[in-house]
Amino acid sequence: MKPLLEVRDVTMRFGGLLAVSDLSFEVTPGHAHGIIGPNGAGKTTAFNIITGIYAPTAGDVLFRGESLAGQRPSNIARRGIARTFQNIRLFRDLTVLDNVRIASDAHARYALPGAMVQLPAARRAEQETITRCLDLLEKFGLGDAAYERAGDLSYGSQRRLEIARAMALQPALLLLDEPAAGMNSAETLKLVEFLGWLRDHFSVTMLLIEHHMQLVMTFCDRITVLDFGKTIAEGTAAEVRSNPKVIEAYLGPEDGHE
Amino acid sequence: MTRWFRQPPPRGVLLTLLAAGLAACFVIEQFGLVDDYVRFVLITLGINIILCVSLNLVNGWMGEFSVGHAGFMALGAYLSACVSVKWLAWGDPLWMFPLAVIGGGLLAGAVGFLLGLLSFKTRGDYLAIITLAFLMIVKSGLENIPYVGGARGFLGIGNQTTLLSTAIWTVLTLWAIRNLVYSRFGRGIVAVREDEIAANAMGVDTRKAKLAAFVVSSFFGGVAGALFAHQLQFINPSVFDLVKSTEILVMVYLGGVGSLAGSILGATAFTFLSQALQPLGTWRMVILPLLLVLLMIFRPRGIMGMREFSWFVPRREFPAKEEKK
Amino acid sequence: MDYFAQQAINAIQLGSIYALIALGYSMVYGVLVMINFAHGDVFMVSSFFCFLLLLLLPVPFVAALIIVMLATAVLGVALERLAYRPLRNAPRVSAIITALGCGLIIQNTTLSLSPYSQRMPELFVPVTWNFGGVTVSSLQLLIIGVSVGLMIGLDFFIRRTRYGMAMRAIAQDRITVPLMGIPVNTMIALTFAIGAALGGAAGVLYASAYPVISATMGVLIGWKAFVAAVIGGIGSVRGAVLGAYVLGSVEVFTVTVLPSTYRDLVVYALLLVILIFKPYGLLGRPAVQKV
Ligand SMILES: Nc1ncnc2c1ncn2[C@@H]1O[C@H](COP(=O)(O)OP(=O)(O)OP(=O)(O)O)[C@@H](O)[C@H]1O
Ligand SMILES: [Mg+2]
Repeated sequence: MKPLLEVRDVTMRFGGLLAVSDLSFEVTPGHAHGIIGPNGAGKTTAFNIITGIYAPTAGDVLFRGESLAGQRPSNIARRGIARTFQNIRLFRDLTVLDNVRIASDAHARYALPGAMVQLPAARRAEQETITRCLDLLEKFGLGDAAYERAGDLSYGSQRRLEIARAMALQPALLLLDEPAAGMNSAETLKLVEFLGWLRDHFSVTMLLIEHHMQLVMTFCDRITVLDFGKTIAEGTAAEVRSNPKVIEAYLGPEDGHE
Repeated sequence: MTRWFRQPPPRGVLLTLLAAGLAACFVIEQFGLVDDYVRFVLITLGINIILCVSLNLVNGWMGEFSVGHAGFMALGAYLSACVSVKWLAWGDPLWMFPLAVIGGGLLAGAVGFLLGLLSFKTRGDYLAIITLAFLMIVKSGLENIPYVGGARGFLGIGNQTTLLSTAIWTVLTLWAIRNLVYSRFGRGIVAVREDEIAANAMGVDTRKAKLAAFVVSSFFGGVAGALFAHQLQFINPSVFDLVKSTEILVMVYLGGVGSLAGSILGATAFTFLSQALQPLGTWRMVILPLLLVLLMIFRPRGIMGMREFSWFVPRREFPAKEEKK
Repeated sequence: MDYFAQQAINAIQLGSIYALIALGYSMVYGVLVMINFAHGDVFMVSSFFCFLLLLLLPVPFVAALIIVMLATAVLGVALERLAYRPLRNAPRVSAIITALGCGLIIQNTTLSLSPYSQRMPELFVPVTWNFGGVTVSSLQLLIIGVSVGLMIGLDFFIRRTRYGMAMRAIAQDRITVPLMGIPVNTMIALTFAIGAALGGAAGVLYASAYPVISATMGVLIGWKAFVAAVIGGIGSVRGAVLGAYVLGSVEVFTVTVLPSTYRDLVVYALLLVILIFKPYGLLGRPAVQKV
């Protein structure tokens, strides 16, 4: 099958710091692809490059076979790559509904003058967006909170809302940056279930960064291991687990890091 | 956003009130029911509401800090004066004056577009400096154009701003900006304020959002300037200085950022306060900035900050009532 | 040629005064990342301090300079303590608005108390020399000398003394510095004091060179200095000085080719051009934002 996302020899330098070096991997449609690696390995930086927040120093990213070079983040998002952030970045002062609506608006097609004089088309589009978003929130168990301020939600609900917001973009590829951060093992177990549901229900391909070994090993079809910006291993959970380099760099000092 | 009432009033109420208000303006004007001073204050109030709500789009909803609003006013004022005094002076005010006002708004909007382009990369302090430079350039530019009277000013402008035309423009402005902020563009503008990076990642074209905010804001700033010029009948470049911009800032931050109701409240409170302080002369411009500073220290979002009176919110924004089965 | 040399001296004189004021903008920005819009008016008030002082007792130049610098420093610290400190952790816009408001308060209070321009008593009887058609007065030399001396002193202070280093540390990182035992509040107050004192020196020098002072000087002169700080790269002390001399020259030479009413237009257009093509000024550095 043709890969959905191809990262080709991507390098990112911040001044003298080599954050990502010659990173290459492919994500197959329908798969969940994991990226693991110690702190500062360059995982988030890779996400920022894929989503267009940083322009890589060298290399290219292809989505559905087309290069994303020079594309602005909003365009990349509209093309079908949605993401969450390592430290939650919700629109805190807005309602839960508005958070989701902003992402959903990427698919609304009415012009500014039409909006300002309330043409019927604009009104209809607005009404449709609201219905669609309330529906989506319902699916994520946030239906009752739709009119609450996003910043007032509990931490767990905020994480869920961030994923719901990303899904409102109707993406083909969902990037999750440490979705299990700050969760205990019971919650993590539930998260695995939730991610499985997400994948099946929306048939979305996933690329996820995680420190929770258990989650990555059980959930991901393929795993890329980074260390100091370099890819040190790639393969299935079993392959990665038995790779001596990985054991040395990542699992080595203390089995089951974190 | 928390609101005063959970549900808006019945559909017809607002429209009826609006129609009654406009009719009242017409009647008052026709039969000279109020004296000139009251009429002057009411027109000023309308102009101030337009200024306040339009600046609020950039400073409140978008969360940037522009001190250039008086510059847009100046552009609108001068262009409309050129239209009504020099270019279309022969025209019937009934169509010529609205044309002059729209022309003023368009010029301001076009320049606002250029300023919006500059806001793509720069934010915060630097954008504030850019708007300041813009204000100074407009002012000193006008001082050097003899065609519009240079530093002496533009004389002989007709007294065409009526109570009714001001009321109509005020309602139009409020309506258009309400529709804007409750549309995808408005949410894009607010998303830029909340978190620009997240907004981009969620598909918001932040450049378009910024341009929309700047163009619409400056268009109505220009409209207000046009009405202002035809109210005072005499304008000169130094009217549109930093003090004028500060006055609008006081209105915005007093009434409340990101709120239509707040804009009306702020403009109203400011207009009456400013009239009341008139006898104090230059001390007025000590008290008003002092008020601004105190607001920033004690209530930085203003009285209505981010809250809205349910009358100004489209019906669709409210949760549908639970249907009992 | 003579004409050119004459204008060059005028440009250096003006640039020196701008530089002293610009330093105040830049130092505060460097430490607090905040534009102290009121600083131009602090400069303006300082020349009124000088005026009042000379009205009360005719002290010699050096005494006037020192007294006015001290008085202005007190004003700067008061401003920080009363208006800016409560807002240190508030949104950035709140601080900018407050600074703008404070500037207007100072300006209009002065205007209300002294609606007309004041004629400064002579502080200093200058001697003029003529070098082949170019006149140089001892006053000009004094202005340039005092300014350059203060700037060298400041540079030494910032780079070599413990206090200066602490200031630079705060500019780098305001979160961990207090953990290292540096009293942040004191250091910030000190920054305002020094910035204002330099503005005070500029006030005295300006008033001796152009002895008619008015409440609008903060806008006319102080803001130009602000433009200079931005051109040089606000936050950079050396940039402020560079920007000031660039601006002084631009202004002086603009007036030689265009009517003087074009002065502001050229200055602010220059500011806009610099901000568009070199947004962080000649020597400034952009802040990095991590995602
Ligand atoms: N904008 C930036 N400017 C400079 N350096 C950066 C920037 N963004 C990231 N870095 C550096 O790049 C390196 C990789 O950072 P990155 O955030 O990608 O790591 P990570 O693998 O996501 O780590 P963690 O598990 O802690 O999230 C780090 O050393 C970081 O300090
Ligand atoms: Mg990370």
